[in-house]
Amino acid sequence: MNRVVITGLGIVAPNAVGLEAFRLALCEGRSGLGFVPQMKELDFGCHVAGIPQISDQTAAAYLGPLLKTTNSSMRYALIASVDCWRDAGLPPPQSDSDVDWSTAAIIGSSLGGLDTAGELVVPETNAGRVRKLGSSAIERVMASCATACVSGLLGLGGQAATNSSACGTGTEAIVNAYWMIREDRIDRVLAGSTEPSSVYAWAGLDSLRVTMRKSNDQPQAASRPLSASAGGLVPAGGAGILMLESLACAQSRRARIYAEVLGGHSNGGGQRNGGSITASNPEGVVRCVKRSLEAAKINPSEVDYINGHLTGTAGDTKEIRCLSAALGRSLAEMPWVNSTKSLIGHGLAASGSMESVATVLQMVHGFLHPSINCEDFHPEIAELAPRVPRVSTPVPCRVALKTSFGFGDVNSCVVFRRWD
Amino acid sequence: MNRDEIHKSFLELIRQYVRIPDPSVITESSLLVDDLKVNSTRFVDIILEAEDRFKIEIRDDEMQRFERVGDAIDFICERTVHA
Repeated sequence: MNRVVITGLGIVAPNAVGLEAFRLALCEGRSGLGFVPQMKELDFGCHVAGIPQISDQTAAAYLGPLLKTTNSSMRYALIASVDCWRDAGLPPPQSDSDVDWSTAAIIGSSLGGLDTAGELVVPETNAGRVRKLGSSAIERVMASCATACVSGLLGLGGQAATNSSACGTGTEAIVNAYWMIREDRIDRVLAGSTEPSSVYAWAGLDSLRVTMRKSNDQPQAASRPLSASAGGLVPAGGAGILMLESLACAQSRRARIYAEVLGGHSNGGGQRNGGSITASNPEGVVRCVKRSLEAAKINPSEVDYINGHLTGTAGDTKEIRCLSAALGRSLAEMPWVNSTKSLIGHGLAASGSMESVATVLQMVHGFLHPSINCEDFHPEIAELAPRVPRVSTPVPCRVALKTSFGFGDVNSCVVFRRWD
Repeated sequence: MNRDEIHKSFLELIRQYVRIPDPSVITESSLLVDDLKVNSTRFVDIILEAEDRFKIEIRDDEMQRFERVGDAIDFICERTVHA
């Protein structure tokens, strides 16, 4: 059984594009949320979202001719993957380079092609102009659009797969990649997820009334995890990519190692016992976290920090109680907890991977970013309040959990340990 | 448009799609896929863009006229004359 380490990171987030910029944004507690005029014009209840800001210059440098044949989720995944590849110290890909049979890509998405479907395929098809769709319509709406694009650009010869488990997708991709390497099926996996910035991706959530509607005039205060005044999630797009690699492979090429992936687990709650299409069965959440710790051979008392799912909805208090039960630690004795969604909104399928990048960066650089907008901490979990940083705080975390939960009553949890 | 104008405009169009180091070597005898390394998947985009650019219609069974640069230019000239 291989040990699994992280040797590269790439990030396209609403508050920063690129690792160093993201580290700084986290450290400063900078929000990436803003007013989106299109959401107001289309009569959304929520007019706020997190949209990564990619300059034309950056887009041209990374994408070149691919600009014409990609949508937002593909572009985010491509930029984050190329950055991750370079960060891992691997040679720049050439269009005529040999196939890399040692590297796979597991890049999940939930709504990846919906902007292309909404802007191109549906209106053109309904207007009887199918022949005008062009060659790239299908590659932009297929569920695996981002993975296919990334594996082609980098010439990957390992499995190129796309997992989809709603908001659990990103963390699940990392768990899947961990087991692939752990069981010696592949040396390296580009693991993560991507999600578009598109009103078509966000409309269903708005209709479900789970988006924040009370802060349209104050976008940066809209995402309020752990707050008594939390009123819903703020949708976002982006991508996070991590290079997972066997320790032997990483050491053989003298790669810089950020952290070790000690274990992880994914499960479901069967939509029983309070679980539903939109809510988690608490027993499933607790089992998921416990199984992750068992796989990691980590005692719950060793956990220093949890990057929670924590969306700014009524599910936050329930999640905290489940985490407390899984660790067997009272709220006052909990590890540090923060919510990256307070800064970048809810990246849906991309959330788990963007937040995993945030988790690893915080461990490596010895700080925890502030969980903003929870100055009115939820009274039901008041005892947790001292464990939630409100300002950037120097904390030498050694063991961290990333938890993600998703529609369909799905759960994923991964355990990281800083590499010393 | 006369033939020279169509020639210039068509080359401008296909330069977005050719994948050779030096696009200045394109001649009327160049084959789009074999010589200019146009991704065959994108061939249909050249057809669609030619339709828009020259305000013509190109039927599916006429697409083989676009295999060679000179033949494509001839076809567009014929079609624009008859439009």
